[in-house]
Amino acid sequence: MAGNSQEYISHHLTNLTYGKLPAGYVRHEVAEDGTVHEHELTTATWTMAHNSEEAAQMGFTAVNVDSLGWSFGLGALLMFLFWRAAKKATTGVPTGFQNFVEMIVEFIDNTVKEAFHGRNPLIAPLAMTIFTWVFMMNFMDLIPVDVLPSIFGAMGVHFMKVVPSTDVNITMGMSLTVFAMMIFYSIKVKGISGFVGELTLQPFSAKNPVVQAIFIPINLILESVALIAKPISLALRLFGNMYAGEMIFILIALMFSAGAALAIMGGVLQWAWAVFHILVITLQAFIFMMLTIVYLSMSHEDH
Amino acid sequence: MNINATLIGQIITFGVFVWFCMKFVWPYLLTAMQEREKKIADGLDAANRAARDLELAQEKASDQLRESKEKAAEIIEQANKRANQIIDEAKEAARSEGDRLVAAAQAEVEQEVNRAKEDLRKQVSELAVAGAAKILGKSVDPAAHSELLNKLADEL
Repeated sequence: MAGNSQEYISHHLTNLTYGKLPAGYVRHEVAEDGTVHEHELTTATWTMAHNSEEAAQMGFTAVNVDSLGWSFGLGALLMFLFWRAAKKATTGVPTGFQNFVEMIVEFIDNTVKEAFHGRNPLIAPLAMTIFTWVFMMNFMDLIPVDVLPSIFGAMGVHFMKVVPSTDVNITMGMSLTVFAMMIFYSIKVKGISGFVGELTLQPFSAKNPVVQAIFIPINLILESVALIAKPISLALRLFGNMYAGEMIFILIALMFSAGAALAIMGGVLQWAWAVFHILVITLQAFIFMMLTIVYLSMSHEDH
Repeated sequence: MNINATLIGQIITFGVFVWFCMKFVWPYLLTAMQEREKKIADGLDAANRAARDLELAQEKASDQLRESKEKAAEIIEQANKRANQIIDEAKEAARSEGDRLVAAAQAEVEQEVNRAKEDLRKQVSELAVAGAAKILGKSVDPAAHSELLNKLADEL
């Protein structure tokens, strides 16, 4: 049972990875009767990883097909729905889905107006994309953990991690984009000298040029850490929350196969955690959006 | 849990979606909403204006109604006055006509009386002459006693 549980958990935490295995790599194929065949690759091969070890071996030249697929699919679905609502948007009485979309737009617009002190037509759509997309990705967490992997398993797909935001690549991809925008707008608004000055001339400054010269490296270290901490904390906060939530769902799911009493208790826990998680996924989506707005607002502020 | 090219894929996907949202979603929705907001504000303004106009119109109407009522009352009063005047005039005319008729009648009556008196006087004088003739046993010459007879007639 212990080995089984471990297998179950690690199976749920392994991405479906497509990548390049180097030449000379020895693959371990497990046949249906349980025997392990080894076969060495003669050339570098693009293939699906059969286990997490192979995925790790692929290094950077690999794609987590499930994360990226779900992330792209959910985003595309959202954009399609929004686009349809936008195309149909009239100044008349809004109905149905348009009402819902307008509610989101108004909420985002108000939030951006409150938090962003500057003029940039990119910020509001950016915030809307982040909020709705992250919410959708987090929302996948509420689908019972075994449903989609089982369906894909039946179709012959071995691994399926359906919550893109439990993949650090996904959250990091978004936070790095935000980080790039922060630096871009910092330089655009304040100029190179302004940006460098922000990194080197504060928090410590002195009138005496010698003392100032001593302060510059200290400031640079402090400010660089503060700057780099922003995208990393942004990505890891979302990733950590979702990963932990997913983990607890998986652990609860384990209880279903451990006797009637535990299964009932698991059902109750599953329900309770899902209810709590509705709050978490919304909150995390909101925090990601809010911090993006605040960071970009800071980039636009000239001191 | 490996950092791999998924990162790059996500960055591209993210960029494309943000661009799409900025280009094809956000402006249309926001414009529609702002236009609707403006439309609603205009509508409310118009409603307010209409309500004020209605109030003014009602005020004006009631003013005109009061005015016309006053005018009507005035006209009626004048008509009444005129009617009374006409009646008075007619009464006056009737009275004077009546007076005139009465006076004429009286004058005629008087004339008649006078004539009758005259006739009577004449007859009396004739009777007196005849009576005197009878009494005297002879005829009295009216011409000879005309002076006397006239005096008698005047006394009657």
